[in-house]
Amino acid sequence: MKTFKIGGVHPQENKLTAGSPIVAAPLPQQAVVMLSQHIGAPAQCVVEKGTPVKVGTLIAQANGFVSANIHSPVSGVVAKVDMAADSSGYMKPAIYINVEGDEWEDSIDRSNTLIKECNLDAQAIINKIDEMGIVGIGGATFPTKVKLMPPPGMKPEVLIINAAECEPYLTNDHALMLAHTDEIMVGIEILMKAISVNKAYIGIEVNKPDAIALLTDKARSHNGIKVVPLKCKYPQGGEKQLIDAIINRQVASGALPVSTGAVVQNVATAYAVYEAVQKNKPLIERVVTITGTSLKNPGNYLARIGMPIEQLIEAAGGLSENAEKIILGGPMMGKATANIQAPTGKGTSGIVVMTQEDAHRQEPSPCIRCAKCVEACPMGLEPYLLSKATAMGNYEVAESHYIYDCIECGCCSFSCPAHRPLLDYIRMGKGKVMGIIRARNANDKK
Amino acid sequence: MNLITLSIITLAVIGAISALILYAIAQRFKVEEDPRIDQVESLLPGANCGGCGKAGCRNFAESCVRASSLEGMLCPVGGNAVMKQIADLLGMEAVEATPRVAVVRCNGSCENRPRINTYEGATNCAIANSLYAGETGCAYGCLGCGDCVSVCSLGAISIDPVTHLPVVDIDICGGCGACARACPRGIIEVRKRGVKGRGVYVSCVNKDKGAVARKACNVACIGCSKCAKECKFDAITISNNLSYIDSDKCKMCRKCVDVCPTGAILAVNFPPKKAVATTESTPQAPDTTEAQNN
Repeated sequence: MKTFKIGGVHPQENKLTAGSPIVAAPLPQQAVVMLSQHIGAPAQCVVEKGTPVKVGTLIAQANGFVSANIHSPVSGVVAKVDMAADSSGYMKPAIYINVEGDEWEDSIDRSNTLIKECNLDAQAIINKIDEMGIVGIGGATFPTKVKLMPPPGMKPEVLIINAAECEPYLTNDHALMLAHTDEIMVGIEILMKAISVNKAYIGIEVNKPDAIALLTDKARSHNGIKVVPLKCKYPQGGEKQLIDAIINRQVASGALPVSTGAVVQNVATAYAVYEAVQKNKPLIERVVTITGTSLKNPGNYLARIGMPIEQLIEAAGGLSENAEKIILGGPMMGKATANIQAPTGKGTSGIVVMTQEDAHRQEPSPCIRCAKCVEACPMGLEPYLLSKATAMGNYEVAESHYIYDCIECGCCSFSCPAHRPLLDYIRMGKGKVMGIIRARNANDKK
Repeated sequence: MNLITLSIITLAVIGAISALILYAIAQRFKVEEDPRIDQVESLLPGANCGGCGKAGCRNFAESCVRASSLEGMLCPVGGNAVMKQIADLLGMEAVEATPRVAVVRCNGSCENRPRINTYEGATNCAIANSLYAGETGCAYGCLGCGDCVSVCSLGAISIDPVTHLPVVDIDICGGCGACARACPRGIIEVRKRGVKGRGVYVSCVNKDKGAVARKACNVACIGCSKCAKECKFDAITISNNLSYIDSDKCKMCRKCVDVCPTGAILAVNFPPKKAVATTESTPQAPDTTEAQNN
C-alpha cells in the first residue's frame, strides 16, 4: 500500500465522530469576523459601523496577491470594526456583526441541484475562486488562487486531492466526502480545468473504507480522476508527504511543491471551489468536527465562520468538569487555545476538547540520544539537534541542518520518550532562521 | 659512549635547534600589541556581558586604548569607578556617565493579575510569547519563564517564587541591558540609577484601553493621565493608553505616585514615608497551587 518513505508515526486515531452526519450549528447572536483568517496580508475592511449586510456580502477585501476576500457569514448590521482577542489571546482587527434573521445575497444559489457543467475558462475560474475568498481549508489557509497560478516556468502535470485526514479525532473531511461526493467530483474537475491538467488523484487513508468505496464508484464516470488508498500514517496529509506517497516524487529543500509537477488541494477546498464557481457561494461556512471523550454530542457541525468557539462547544453538549485543554484543529498540529470567546476562522477544521489524562504534558527529562525523533521526522531532519541549537541561540547550526524544512508536524515531540518539548523550540528557531535568511537576501539585493 | 648519553645529547641538540627555529620565527612574525590592552583588561570585570556595545571585555579594552578620548565609553558593570582607573592608566580625562540599572516594569503578581489558564509548553518566554497572550488576561505583562534570568551573566536577576516576577538585585546589576534585550515583551528597561538606588517608574507596559487593562490586572496603568497633569517637570508622557516617566527628567518628587488611581507607579528604595508603598509588594498568602505550571 502506498505511503510516504521516511519517518511518520501512528497516533491513536480516536475518530469518535466517524460516520456521523453533518449537522447545522445554530447561528450566533453576534459574529466576530477576524480580518486575518489566511496566510498573507490581512484583508482590508470595506464596511463601517451601521452597514447592513446579508450572508455573502463582501465585508473585507484582499490586500495584495497573497491575501483573500472575506464575506459576511451572517445577515444583520455591522456593530463595530474594532480589535478582538483571537484564539491566541492577542488583539487583532475584526468586524463585529449583530445577527438579524438569515437573509442571503440574491446571487447565491442555495438549491441542492447539482450543476455539472462549467463553461468558464481557466482564468475565469481562478478569478471566481479569488473573488469568493477561497483559501486552503485543510488548516494552512493558503489562498487557493495563489496555488493555482504557479510561477512562470513551472507546469503542473497532475492534481492531487488531499483526503487523507491523517489527524486523529478529525472527521470533517470524511463527513463531507460521504455527504457531497458528486459536488466534490465536479469541484475536482473545475480545479483540473483551472490548472489545465487531465489527471487527478484523490489520496485517502484506508481507515475510511466507506468513503473510498463511494469515491471509487463515482470516479468511474469522471475521466482522469483516480482514488488512491493510502496506509494510515501521520503526517500523510502533509503536502510534501502526499506527493511522495502518490506520485513518488520528492520536493527539494527550499523548492515549491509545484516544482514536482503536482498541485495539492484539500478535499474540503475542492467542495468550496464547487460552491464558489457553480453556486456563487463565498466561503462563509465550513464543517467543523467538535469532539472529545468528555463531550455529550460530539459531531461534525456545519458552522458559520465567526462563531464564538464557546457557543460551538455548547452546541456539542458543553464543557464538562474534567475538560483541560481545548485545541483548534487536530491534536497533532492544532493549537491549544486559552480564549474560548474567540471566533472560528476559515481554517478551523476541528475543536478538540481534551481531558486531564488525555492532554497533560509530562515533565521533560534529559535527552538520552535514542534518535527516535530522527526516525520519526518525515522530513529527514535531526530534531534533537535543531531544538538544542535553538535553545543555545546557535542559529548557524540550525540553518546548516535545514531547520527551515521543518513542517511542524510534531512527530518528534510525539515520539520522544523523554517528553522533551522539541517542536516548541524548533518552531521558534525556524522563525528566527527564516528571518535571518530574509534579512540576508534583502541585504544581498541592495 | 653508552646509549643513554648518546640519546640525551641527540635530544638536546634537536631541542636546541628547534628552539632556535621557533625563536627566529617568533621574532620574524611578532604581532605588536599595546601592553596597555592587557592592563586595561585586567581592570575590567570580565563578565563579557556586551553591555558596553563591544564583543566582550578584551574588545572593549582594545577600543579604549585605541580611542583618543573616553567620551561615550562606559563599562556599565564596572561603572564610573572602573572608568576612572582606565582613564588614569591611559592618561586620559575620565568622562562621568550616569549609572544605570535594569527595572522590571510589570507588577502582575498572581494576586494582582489572576491566572486564567496554565501554560504547559517549553519554559521559555520567547516561545510562550510567540504562542499566545499568556497565563493571564494581560497580553503585555511578564510571562515569568525567566529568559532575563538566564542571560544575566552577573546573576543579578531572579524570579520571585511568590510573585513569579523577576526581581533585580540593584547592588549587583550593572545596567548592561542584556535582560532588556532578552525580554520578548520589552518589559525590562534600563533606567538612570537614582541616589541610593531610588527610582520612580510606571510598573506596567499594557497598551490596551483602560477598562481592558484594568480587567486583566489590578495594578495596570489605565492611561488616565492624572500623573502627567500632576508632574511639574514634564517628565511624564502618555501614549497608547500608557504612561511613561522619563528617568532623565524625573526629580523624584513622588507626586505622581500619590495620584495614581491603580497604584501602577512605584517609588522604590525610598525611606518609609507615611503611606508610600515600596517596590516588592509584601508577600501574601503563599501560592502553592500556581507553582506547578510548566
